[in-house]
Amino acid sequence: MARNVTTQRKIINTTAAWVIGLLIFFPILWTILTSFKTEATAIADPPVFLFFDWTLENYQVVNERSNYGRFLWNSIFIAGGSTILGLIVAIPAAWSMAFVPSRRTKDILLWMLSTKMLPAVGVLYPIYLIFIKFGLLDSVLGLTIVLMLINLPIIVWMLYTYFREIPGEILEAARMDGASLKSELLYVLTPMAVPGIASTLLLNFILAWNEAFWTLNLTAAKAAPLTAFIASYSSPEGLFYAKLSAASTMAIAPILILGWFSQKQLVRGLTFGAVK
Amino acid sequence: MTLRTPLTMVSALAMLAATAATADTLTIATVNNGDMVRMQGLTADFTAKTGHEVEWVTLEENVLRQRVTTDITTKGGAFDIMTIGMYETPIWGKNGWLVPLDDLSAEYDVDDILPAMRGGLSVDGTLYAAPFYGESSMIMYRTDLMEAAGLEMPDAPTWEFVADAARKMTDKDGEVYGICLRGKAGWGENMAFLTATSNAFGARWFDEDWKPQFDTEEWATTLNFYIDLMNEAGPPGASTNGFNENLSLFQQGKCGMWIDATVAASFVTNPDDSTVADKVGFALAPDTGLGKRGNWLWAWALGIPAGTDNEAAAKQFVEWATSKEYIELVAENEGWANVPPGARTSLYENENYKEVPFAQMTLDSILSADPTAPTVKPVPYVGVQFAAIPEFAGIATEVGQEFSAALAGQQTAEEALAKAQALTADAMEAAGY
Repeated sequence: MARNVTTQRKIINTTAAWVIGLLIFFPILWTILTSFKTEATAIADPPVFLFFDWTLENYQVVNERSNYGRFLWNSIFIAGGSTILGLIVAIPAAWSMAFVPSRRTKDILLWMLSTKMLPAVGVLYPIYLIFIKFGLLDSVLGLTIVLMLINLPIIVWMLYTYFREIPGEILEAARMDGASLKSELLYVLTPMAVPGIASTLLLNFILAWNEAFWTLNLTAAKAAPLTAFIASYSSPEGLFYAKLSAASTMAIAPILILGWFSQKQLVRGLTFGAVK
Repeated sequence: MTLRTPLTMVSALAMLAATAATADTLTIATVNNGDMVRMQGLTADFTAKTGHEVEWVTLEENVLRQRVTTDITTKGGAFDIMTIGMYETPIWGKNGWLVPLDDLSAEYDVDDILPAMRGGLSVDGTLYAAPFYGESSMIMYRTDLMEAAGLEMPDAPTWEFVADAARKMTDKDGEVYGICLRGKAGWGENMAFLTATSNAFGARWFDEDWKPQFDTEEWATTLNFYIDLMNEAGPPGASTNGFNENLSLFQQGKCGMWIDATVAASFVTNPDDSTVADKVGFALAPDTGLGKRGNWLWAWALGIPAGTDNEAAAKQFVEWATSKEYIELVAENEGWANVPPGARTSLYENENYKEVPFAQMTLDSILSADPTAPTVKPVPYVGVQFAAIPEFAGIATEVGQEFSAALAGQQTAEEALAKAQALTADAMEAAGY
């Protein structure tokens, strides 16, 4: 039942939401602002907020020193590839768990999630050795596979939750009409689950884009994505905060824009299935 | 068609094939320090001379250390050249992980490398990494504040003088602190400074039988002296300050003195970034009259991992980047103040370089550090601000956390030392010493 919401309450809620939103966004805003400062203004105490001599010098330096395009392309390929590959594996898996559950389905789901409970560095050496053996070190293909495997439990879990919301009777009806398993998955289930699949796709794309352990440890010069681009501007001996901020802004800009345009799908996807 | 044409074609093809066979692409892992960034900008000179292309992997120091360690211990072969320090080189060289640099060309003049640097990068007399630049630590101080305090900084001060000057220069209401020192926990952070300082107080990490020495009087004096001084004359929140935080404070005129890496001299005297650029003086790190100074010794060096496919080309690069010609190339392009310091004797004999304000003090600092006899009493390890054994980084980081907590006032110096002694003894026993 809808509650009566007074105007005053509405104002309080809206203000609170804005304050929290701005608080969360502040570090990103600060990074963007710093990227337009000189190195000396960047460390000024008290900090300068908006009134400083804006400069594009840092972007110029970063562009001269690094091949941004190559890092960007690697990021798009690795994040996109691992997400699509993950969906291809996870859709059939989530279908079977949602519609043909066995006694052990719940255990399997939990077991899959348990792979996320180990710190990544714990398996660094085994994975590194496997990569050497298969010649996958510093390759986009190798990184795509690893990120797909790492995000797979989350993809399966998300899709499983969405699929459970779809009434099994519809699929039964399709089967009655003579649909094969393939057509049932492709023409009945997938179109109905599009919002869920879209939000899974977006969230995993963002997770893969931001992944900074494997992308730094398994690459060198050829397959390095934007996370390595940022890391190359961080220095414990020298104050290069403005340049580091410019590199960070360039690295997050594509995903920020993508997130902005797809925020409706993201929010819908994340809250989908929350109310039962 | 005469016979000549096909012959010419064949020889042209052969030449082309020969060029293709010798032109390699080198992958080099390095850190984002000013001198390395300059080297990346000058790579075209190397390519023009040798035909080899270079791909750079630049990473933050701690990320780089983890990255190259993983690669070299698994023989991954991701890099042809690695930028490593004085800590890794002797350990890795001993393990046979690095290509020995014992066949460098005559023009390279290996005897020109500063003896302290060569000693720290060698195992049993064999060089395993060529120093790209070397650094020590020294005092950087504000000449105006020193004058206002009615004091004059000697070239080689004692800790007693430094502590007295720090207290006199401090004006907490005016946000000026007499001394800024590292407090952030880590083997390369506060422990680099404190280990080097403890040498001046006669302390050591281990005795000749590898027994930890934190329960000695010398360590108690060192740590209490440091904590008392920082409480009275240091900036607030010093327990989280590292190199960058102190650099920022000094550049904004909030530190009277700062004892840290010699490489900082070019930052604090650069008028684009520093508000006190024309008021900085330099002095040797302090002693206590026991014969050892509290300054460290470090080199960023280029090493070639054993098993790389491009060993010959990698050696050419290492020779190019650490040669006398390279120093001249940087001087031509960026000026003498920006050449990589601390690696070669000839640089300090160069008339142009003698005019750089911090050149002589950097050299004197490097020359006064001895990695093979770092402290007053004999020690079983090599290294001034570290002990070059694989276990050191882990142990010293934990000890650093205890000392940092003591500086923050969460425990007393005695409690921190007792914990340091216990954890070091445990770790050394587990490691089989």
